[in-house]
Amino acid sequence: MQTIFSIGVDALAYGMVLFVISIGLSVTMGLMRVVNLAHGAFAMIGGYIASYAARDLGLAYALAVLLAVAGTILIAIPIERFLYRRIYGQPELTQVLMTIGITFCVIGIANYVFGPTLKTIPTPDALREPVSLGFRTVSAHRLFVIGCGAAVALGLWYFIERTAFGVKLRAAVDNAAMAAALGVRTEIVYAVSFAVAVGLAAFGGVVGAELLPIEPYYALRYMVTFLVVVSVGGAGSIPGALAACLLLGAIDTTGRYLMPEFGEFFFYLAVIAIVWLFPRGLAGRAK
Amino acid sequence: MALTTNSGAASLTGGRLTRDAIGVLAILAVAVLGYFLFPNNLALLTRITAIALLVLSLDLVTGYCGVATLGHAALFGAGAYGAGIAAAHFGITDPIAMLAAGILAGALAGLVSGAVVLRAHGLPQLVLSIAIIHLAHEAANKASGWTGGSDGLAGITPDALLGHWQFDLWGRTAYVFGIVLLVLAFVILRQIVRSPFGMLCRGIRQDPVRVRAMGGSVHGTLVKMYAISGAVAGAGGALNAISTQVVGLDSLSFTLSAEALVMLVLGGTGSLYGALIGTAAFMWFEDVVSAANPFHWLTIVGALLIAVVLFAPKGLYGSLAAVFERRGRKAP
Repeated sequence: MQTIFSIGVDALAYGMVLFVISIGLSVTMGLMRVVNLAHGAFAMIGGYIASYAARDLGLAYALAVLLAVAGTILIAIPIERFLYRRIYGQPELTQVLMTIGITFCVIGIANYVFGPTLKTIPTPDALREPVSLGFRTVSAHRLFVIGCGAAVALGLWYFIERTAFGVKLRAAVDNAAMAAALGVRTEIVYAVSFAVAVGLAAFGGVVGAELLPIEPYYALRYMVTFLVVVSVGGAGSIPGALAACLLLGAIDTTGRYLMPEFGEFFFYLAVIAIVWLFPRGLAGRAK
Repeated sequence: MALTTNSGAASLTGGRLTRDAIGVLAILAVAVLGYFLFPNNLALLTRITAIALLVLSLDLVTGYCGVATLGHAALFGAGAYGAGIAAAHFGITDPIAMLAAGILAGALAGLVSGAVVLRAHGLPQLVLSIAIIHLAHEAANKASGWTGGSDGLAGITPDALLGHWQFDLWGRTAYVFGIVLLVLAFVILRQIVRSPFGMLCRGIRQDPVRVRAMGGSVHGTLVKMYAISGAVAGAGGALNAISTQVVGLDSLSFTLSAEALVMLVLGGTGSLYGALIGTAAFMWFEDVVSAANPFHWLTIVGALLIAVVLFAPKGLYGSLAAVFERRGRKAP
């Protein structure tokens, strides 16, 4: 019972971290049709900035998170302006090549600047203590992560479904040319969504640093996981991404707890089974 | 694309054979040059030859059929393990027989992964291929009784080639064996890609709906091409197993798949020359840079990739060919 409970909490927390990081990828992929393999690199940059701010400069955790999100967006703006704009609408192979190149560069630079060791982000005391739920105690950090994931999901839902910008965003996702013809400034929609996506990636990278530790090869190691989650959920769909993250997070965590010697075997088996059954993703629409 | 197809159909068979002969001569010239320039580095040259076979086979599915895959090393690894297991567990130590085992294993892996990968399109297809390579990696790691797990499969001692040439310490026999294999594969593949079957594959890449409307079998054709591609990749894997006499889990890795794709796009897709040029350029570059500065080679490789996308989007061979074509058109 204790095992099942702790697997459940860990799986939920892991799924939420996956969700926070990959939802930005899902939205930009649905919107701009870019296979962005460098998304994990932005999460890693966020983690490094937060680690530097909190550990080396001694800033508060909340401030470090804010700095990480703002700093990552600042770094991402020129990359979007000079590199990504060239590959919108290009064949997938070109996009894969370009974004793998960006990932390699970020890994190399991170390795040079911060060294190959694991970086920790010191959390405030309040998050380190276990919290009693009456019948069980769980780590406050896990609860915090789950709360963050739920908040991001709700916030994005409101942003996309209830605001004027969300209407434009959905219009651009459905048919960019038509939206542009009706007066939607699609390049602004693209730029804002890219910034939001990168900011969320950085946020997820910081919050999830205890589950996905920050090190130079982070960008390559989890790149595949993020891509898998987006594809299983169906690019551009928030409920699909949430469902995929929770499902795959549960499968991966359960596999690691019960059969650690099999590694990620069951994770990828489940991926093949799901994509086989739903070739367009859990919430994918026919085109 | 339509232009090249037309001109290809218009030219005589003799012209094609001349061009193939030039290609074979170019491979042989580079091979001989490599042999005399780097006599102490034949192991690296043999490795490049094996990887070239992998990239050629990737070109068959990606360049000619338009299937984006990041899991092609599964076929290479199947060939390597097929040849290695045949030698280490079944005592089949004749190099030609090991090669046959590798080709067979590669073709089988091609059939299976083709059937899975072709189920989806676009991003889900890419993800399926990634899942396959990871699954194969974990399976090989787990079945350590057969594959040696993470220690690698050792105990592969191939006999003398055709009973005459021993595999020596310098790797000369392995190198010559590899080059002969590469030339054979190149000639056969040139025939395949310009056969009606190869043309059908190109048609599918350009417009699968139309091919289906004309009565062509899209799925069947692609699976067949995947099996051929698997055989070529399996030959590369077997060559690697025979020349290094050990098979490691890295031959089934995602990294190798990604690097193969990078080499292919670097050289240019859809022409077998691009695959060869891309492999040689990338492997040579990686060797030089990682020897000069082991910490920064990843950064430099990344910068190189970005530069290729920005300045030579058709790849090295494709961009060069485009330049020559433009010149040829200008000249009356």
